[in-house]
Amino acid sequence: MKGSLIILGFFILGLILGLTRFLPSSLLEGDFSIYALYLLMFLVGIGIGTDRDSWKVIRQVNIKIVLVPLSVIVGSLIGVSAVSILLSNINFGEAMAVGAGFGYYSLSSVIITEFHSETLGVIALLSNIIREILTLLATPLFVKYFGKLAGIASGGATAMDTTMPIIVQYSGKEYAIIAVFSGIVLTILVPVFVPLILQFL
Amino acid sequence: MLTDIIIVLAIMILGIGIGLYIGNRPKIIKVVGVLTSFSIFLLLFLLGIGVGTNDKIINNLHSIGMQALVLTVGAILGSLVCAWATYKFFFQKAK
Repeated sequence: MKGSLIILGFFILGLILGLTRFLPSSLLEGDFSIYALYLLMFLVGIGIGTDRDSWKVIRQVNIKIVLVPLSVIVGSLIGVSAVSILLSNINFGEAMAVGAGFGYYSLSSVIITEFHSETLGVIALLSNIIREILTLLATPLFVKYFGKLAGIASGGATAMDTTMPIIVQYSGKEYAIIAVFSGIVLTILVPVFVPLILQFL
Repeated sequence: MLTDIIIVLAIMILGIGIGLYIGNRPKIIKVVGVLTSFSIFLLLFLLGIGVGTNDKIINNLHSIGMQALVLTVGAILGSLVCAWATYKFFFQKAK
């Protein structure tokens, strides 16, 4: 929670500086964000590789657990494509890129900004933030009407950390492992799916 | 753009490989975690600047917010429906 607020804080700080144009022009001209992204991806990779606990969880589970992140992927991408019909500015591919954030708003928005546009990047940022918040607020309702995997599905990548507590509270402790597994898999897939979708759709 | 994407993925895989090789060294993990956070802060900060100076976005904020909301509802609903089906057919124990 604290981490989310700090991340948003930096975004808002940049936003204010941008709005007021209170910046040296070098910051405005330079396009060194791609190098920052390279650095981030490298660090994210190391983080994934050194996360012993996650690899252990992945090895310990029943194979059918794979169906959970798979449902999230299929559901998110189909759902997002369906509603894109209602949105004149956004085509299938763009919608799917946003949906493939699975709630991981920080990484998906910077990737989309770099490989598509700032506009879509901001949409992705807002969309995935809303996804995390809605999950935190509505999991009790989701679980009641859509079953015990509902909170995990709605949370997407956030099910491994931020939304895990609320999921466990309403689905039960035994779903913690499924939530963590699904969250981890989706977290790893975001930087894979989003660029690929943007490239090929 | 494809080369950039390939580079980005290759860098991540390289990172995963290095991470697996490094193994369980708490100090390194902690440093990597802090650096990751700083990178994310930096990139979101830059995104904020970019958005702040982008009149196209600022002038359409309400529309952009609405699009984000619609997309989110679509993604969540789709996920919920699939989750329900998966739960019903694979996870729920017959009473």
